[in-house]
Amino acid sequence: MAKAALVIPEIPFQSRGLDRKQTWWERLRKGDEVVHLITLAGGWSILVITALLVQHLWVYSRLSRHAFGWHFLVDSTWDPVNGVFGAWPFVYGTVVTSLLALAISIPIGLGSAIFLAELAPRKLSNALTFLIELLAAVPSVIYGLIGIFLLIPVLFTVVPYFQKYFGWIPVFNGTFYGVSYFSASIVLSIMVVPFIISISREVLIAVPVSQREAMMALGATKWDVTWRAVVPYARQGIMGSIFLSLARALGETMAVTMVIGNVAQVSTSLMAPGYTIAAVIANEFTEATGDLYLHALIELGLVLFAVTMIFNALARLLMLTMKGHEVVG
Amino acid sequence: MRASYPPLSRKITNALMLALTGLCTVLVLSVLLTILGYLFWKGASSLNIDFFTKNPAPVGQSGGGVKNAMVGTLKLLTLASAIGVPIGLLGGIYLSEFAGGWSAFTIRYTTDLLNGVPSVVMGIFVYTLVVLPMHHFSTLAGGIALGIMMIPIALRSTEDFLRAVPRSLREGGLALGASKSETIFTIVIPAAIYGIITGILLDIARVAGETAPLLFTAFGNLFDSRGWMHPTASLPVVIYNYAISPYDEWHRQAWAAGFVLLSGLLAVSVISRLILARGKKLSHG
Amino acid sequence: MKPFDLRQLSKAHEVRFSVDAETEEKLPWPQFTVADLNFFYGAHQALKGINLIVPNKRVMAFIGPSGCGKTTLLRTFNRMNEIIPGTRVEGSIRLGDKDLFSFPATTLRRVVGMVFQKPSPFPKSIFDNVAYGLRLDPAIRRSEIADKVEQSLRRAALWDEVKDKLHQSANGISGGQQQRLCIARALAVEPEVLLLDEPCSALDPLSTAKIEDLLFEIKDLCTIVIVTHNMLQAARVADYVGFFLNGELIELNRAKQIFQNPEMQQTQDYITGRFG
Repeated sequence: MAKAALVIPEIPFQSRGLDRKQTWWERLRKGDEVVHLITLAGGWSILVITALLVQHLWVYSRLSRHAFGWHFLVDSTWDPVNGVFGAWPFVYGTVVTSLLALAISIPIGLGSAIFLAELAPRKLSNALTFLIELLAAVPSVIYGLIGIFLLIPVLFTVVPYFQKYFGWIPVFNGTFYGVSYFSASIVLSIMVVPFIISISREVLIAVPVSQREAMMALGATKWDVTWRAVVPYARQGIMGSIFLSLARALGETMAVTMVIGNVAQVSTSLMAPGYTIAAVIANEFTEATGDLYLHALIELGLVLFAVTMIFNALARLLMLTMKGHEVVG
Repeated sequence: MRASYPPLSRKITNALMLALTGLCTVLVLSVLLTILGYLFWKGASSLNIDFFTKNPAPVGQSGGGVKNAMVGTLKLLTLASAIGVPIGLLGGIYLSEFAGGWSAFTIRYTTDLLNGVPSVVMGIFVYTLVVLPMHHFSTLAGGIALGIMMIPIALRSTEDFLRAVPRSLREGGLALGASKSETIFTIVIPAAIYGIITGILLDIARVAGETAPLLFTAFGNLFDSRGWMHPTASLPVVIYNYAISPYDEWHRQAWAAGFVLLSGLLAVSVISRLILARGKKLSHG
Repeated sequence: MKPFDLRQLSKAHEVRFSVDAETEEKLPWPQFTVADLNFFYGAHQALKGINLIVPNKRVMAFIGPSGCGKTTLLRTFNRMNEIIPGTRVEGSIRLGDKDLFSFPATTLRRVVGMVFQKPSPFPKSIFDNVAYGLRLDPAIRRSEIADKVEQSLRRAALWDEVKDKLHQSANGISGGQQQRLCIARALAVEPEVLLLDEPCSALDPLSTAKIEDLLFEIKDLCTIVIVTHNMLQAARVADYVGFFLNGELIELNRAKQIFQNPEMQQTQDYITGRFG
């Protein structure tokens, strides 16, 4: 077939509007670079703030760091009058209360999350989760208030009976004053349980149906499927929620300050009063006389910062590897 | 005859464990209801008009209120929003619309970490940043502390809601000759505005209850604050100080203040969810 | 960009717009003239050595199996691919006698409008949707906007259906109406070219028929390039059809010819449903 007789005409036109010069106002309105730069400044301010935060904590703790070195963490004398600062009682109190709080809240939180994700009808589950998330919106100082005026009176009536039977165990003996590691742990566990529930529930719900069906087909019970297939599949997200809760518990200040007793001592008994890092900062910061005292308190802040950052970073990494999940916590 | 499958023991375990999970949920919910119920009962019964209209009475005397603390909290939140909201919005826009790869990951991760910084540490930071150079506590310092604490959530929630806007809308704008920034401001942000507002309201509600950072920044004040450069009372700090005091009258007022604070927060929380629901309804017809 | 000589293209459309030796076909002037176009997503080459002419005020359809590059070429015409990071264009495209890449993309896109596969009305009122493009141009007076909106809605055969609810949300109307709203939105700024990327793939047959009717109505107003999976649709609406396979333009011909007597074996195979 011949293909010759094709006529291409001259182009008779100029495209409308293409040559019109843009005014400066139009260029500004369409100025993507300007918007890019301004928003970039907003984004990078996060990095600047974080860098400043680290720098300030580091610089303003130098006197204490130089004076005590690593001994700061393991010495148990906290004597502002003579300028001797050892943080062991606070470190001990922080670790004990946080771990005990997790020991209480993990089983309860995970149990509730399983109930809400696997058993409850979705509508009921959403409504209950909304209520539970309200718990997370209650400010820490209100938990402290409840702790002082509701929890401690209740514990005063319960603990003596408890001690009658279990008082021979070292961790439960001793006089109970109401304020104690134990009270603080209970308050903390109530504060972190919403996080465990809400995040774990979400990752459990996201477990694909195929994971369940495989075991269902083998005649497993609902619990078997949940415990052997669903929970293991979601374990990364659940671990993430636990680390996040741990970081919160470690850094929690007001509620703990109000119910732990604020005594700089190390006791094996959970019923004894104690102190935590955050509580000592809250109590003594405004009264700190002398630079060394202030720097010692700021070094405590630095320690708290470092530890919570480590657990937060772990939690975020674990949750990042769970694809498709945005968790604001 | 074959035994039924699964065996009885497994069935019992099943029933038992499932019942236990239900029990956990009931326990958590009952704790929640106890806390809210007790607070509302104690708080509402402690309220009176003086509480809203008067400043604290001298120690030991009964009567008086926390007007100065409510004003202080409002001032602190205004300043905090003035700092936290713009930075959070801009950062959120940057992350969702401009940033890519490494810079997006770094900012996102750092934001999440900053969100996890204990509030008491944030207090120390702002103390060294603002209070030390100025040599005294101030409303300004308190507002800055709360403002910095607002940034991470404002930023991440803005980013999340902007990201949820479908790409087809952005392309629709660009295809009409809108520039990227025109598309962002006239299409993407309006499409996400209800979500963004919800996120910011919840964010404000969250920092409204913060106490620890205010202890070393805004400090406290028994009287009306004399201005931005001077210390101010705030509801959370008043609750703390009154709760640990030895006076029954102050305990009563701590309950009342707790009631007012929590009612405010819960109201904001519910309102913002309604806003979000309304936004969803609007954009789906 | 290298200088552009139309005569260099002769080899391209010699093959493409084939005519019988006896008949002489006088083409409308070229709206788009594409020469040696290569397109890359990162390392993947999506378009390979494309040469073609899109005639003015005609309907041209691109057909071919998924991933053959037809949508990529369409999105190159108004430079929508530029918003995807990691893409690269080689070769040249002319819009009329102008280099397509010599203008700001925003200016270009007002002359080359586009409608997408999925109806994507903005979450605004119906009126604001159509007025969106008009309001971007400060040269258009506010008083003109209402008239222009009505005109565009009439052109898109939507006016009678929505004139009583102009200020209701555009999300409240049916999918077919939404797609016609998107067409009205694109027509409002009076583009020279309208690009349609599978505009009916998400619609029912009745809505599809309405949109095809509408294309007949507006083809006097602007050049139309439509990408479609539906060969019957291409046969119904197009004057010229281009068949793409694996990033290459296999055949470009008059619609009648391509569906009745294609020159290339691959076109024949695709038309008769042997693959794709």
